[in-house]
Amino acid sequence: MDTIFLQVLNGLDKGGAYALIALGLTLVFGTLGVVNFAHGAIFMLGAFCAVSFNQLLTMSKKVKDESITFFEAFKEQPYLEIWFGDTGTMIIDYSVPISLVLAVPVMLVIGLVMERGLIRHFYKRSHAEQILFTFGMAIVLQEIIKSIFGANPIPAPAPDIVSGSAAIGAAIGLGDSVVYPWWRLIYLAFAAIVIGAVFAFLKLTTFGMVVRAGIHDKETVGLLGINIERRFTIIFGLAAVVSGLAGVMYAPILPPDYHLGMDFLVLSFVVVVVGGMGSLEGAVAAGFLLGILQSFASMNEIKSILPGIDQIIIYLVAVVILLVRPRGLMGKKGVMED
Amino acid sequence: MNKLKMMPEWLIMVVFAAAILTMPIWMSPLGAAYPDLLQKFAIFGVFAIGYNILFGLTGYLSFGHAAFLGVGSYTAVWSFKLLTMNVLPAIFFSVLFAGVFAAIIGFISLRRSGIYFSILTLAFAQMSYNLAYSVLTPITNGETGLQLERDDPRIFDTAVTEGLPTTELFGLSMSGYSGFYVCAAFLIIAFYVSLRIFRSPFGLKLRAIKSNQTRMRYTGYSTRPYLLTAFVISGMYAGLAGSLMAVTDPLAGAERMQWTASGEVVLMTILGGVGTLIGPLLGVGIIKYFENIFSAINETVLHGFFDFLPSWLQEFMVFITSPFVGEGWHLTLGILFMLIVAFLPGGIMEGIDKIKSKFSKSSGQSDDSTTEAVREGA
Repeated sequence: MDTIFLQVLNGLDKGGAYALIALGLTLVFGTLGVVNFAHGAIFMLGAFCAVSFNQLLTMSKKVKDESITFFEAFKEQPYLEIWFGDTGTMIIDYSVPISLVLAVPVMLVIGLVMERGLIRHFYKRSHAEQILFTFGMAIVLQEIIKSIFGANPIPAPAPDIVSGSAAIGAAIGLGDSVVYPWWRLIYLAFAAIVIGAVFAFLKLTTFGMVVRAGIHDKETVGLLGINIERRFTIIFGLAAVVSGLAGVMYAPILPPDYHLGMDFLVLSFVVVVVGGMGSLEGAVAAGFLLGILQSFASMNEIKSILPGIDQIIIYLVAVVILLVRPRGLMGKKGVMED
Repeated sequence: MNKLKMMPEWLIMVVFAAAILTMPIWMSPLGAAYPDLLQKFAIFGVFAIGYNILFGLTGYLSFGHAAFLGVGSYTAVWSFKLLTMNVLPAIFFSVLFAGVFAAIIGFISLRRSGIYFSILTLAFAQMSYNLAYSVLTPITNGETGLQLERDDPRIFDTAVTEGLPTTELFGLSMSGYSGFYVCAAFLIIAFYVSLRIFRSPFGLKLRAIKSNQTRMRYTGYSTRPYLLTAFVISGMYAGLAGSLMAVTDPLAGAERMQWTASGEVVLMTILGGVGTLIGPLLGVGIIKYFENIFSAINETVLHGFFDFLPSWLQEFMVFITSPFVGEGWHLTLGILFMLIVAFLPGGIMEGIDKIKSKFSKSSGQSDDSTTEAVREGA
């Protein structure tokens, strides 16, 4: 029972990341009809927002280390600590949550520039050409990050207060052995909130209604005198923000390197395809589903029966789904059919 | 291009073979006439030609061809370990295994088309990559990569007394130029087969699938056998390329199977000109050449370049250009690739063609069919 509970939690948590990226990808696809291979790179850019903000805050100078009296010792002390004392230390400690706020405008601008400047010109091209172009874009973005930050992963730690594990077993009466890292719990909650917010935005606001109408029948909405292109551009920005924030929050879990985007790109595409091209609910459901499947597949009991299953389960599920349910789990009729 | 289209096959092959075999001579003024690079040209040439048979003719964008490359490499190294250091059995088994592997993957993946096909091939390639890294370690030797060892069985060879044995073709060692010539010979054969396919009724059917598959079906053709054949052939080409990699350097690692490696061959094919005979080779040549040249450039070299400028301008130019060379070569490649896809979807071949038609227009004859001719292959 304990293990199953933990695995479900683990899976939900992994699935949260998948669902967030896939959500952005599907939004872009559903509105603009663009297959965006640069979406993983946006996720990576988000993670590097956290990293660069963290580095900015911890810019330091050499000061004399007073605690060592035997000889002249020096240590690096961040400017923030020198200027603001304990408040500065706290700001540094909370760099990841703070960069969450800062990442919103940054990612929005990146998204808008990307759409208006580049991707806009590819709406009328074939999907293959869109894939190739955005693939090139992904390479360029990751190489830019590589030339700035180098090839090694850079950690961006979570605040100290949540660095340990939560004794959730004791809290819900499952025994004390059930513990789970705080930050991952936060990630799960964060994913749920963001997904909820995106859906609320699309289903409850007038803007969202117009966008949904536009997804359904772009031409008619245009004929009604609504500038649907502009709204779709904003949706692209929104998608960039969603994936960017997913990246920011992911930085403490996995120190990001320039290759992070490419690794997640494949996974997120698989998630989108399993969920059904163009279906937002499908993308979210498939994200969580694949996350849970993967975490169960990495249990030792299962691995001993089917060695290596944890490595391929996601792809295997994708292959099976694509063959038996051509539209994916919740795909709509007429979207990207053969 | 029309000229090339009408040229008899033997003439094309003679010119092509001469061009490939004299590469050590005419590449030397370009500073690229060393065996290592030439081998890479030939090997990736085979890979790209094969990829072009699938993507260029049928339009099916596969992101999983690196898996076949990997299978070819592993098979070749196993042949070196178990049977003999002679390269011919290694190449034979590699092509065979890659073909079987491609038949299985192709049979499943080709049930779908468009982006779903791309995702399916991607999924299979990632599966093979992940498995090669983890559970298949007894076969692939995991992260270390599969290598030769002195006490391998090698049942047809006499035991080596010291050092590692080298790959050979009936006594001819496969290092340096002899390695290049063997690869070049296979490249020429590969090119000939591809030429035959391009000009055969089979090739025509593949092109028909690309232009309108539904119509093709209505005419009474079952398209899938043709697609599968094209897929298997291009998989075998990839296997051949993989085995040649092992021939020139007998080790095989899982990273060869990663999907970004498949991406590389896509880049090469597109850059040169997809669906044309020569295009993929041009793409390979350009990418591999500049990869070597650009990666070797560092700031000192750049300072040498801009030596004639006043020093502040020189610093500035070096600052501007340095992210694009050396380690940053992939950045240049990415930008170049974006530009090509955006403005010249037919690759360099289309570019050449546009220039040509411009000249012929100025001399009074318009030639609108040239683009079509390029697309239709040579």
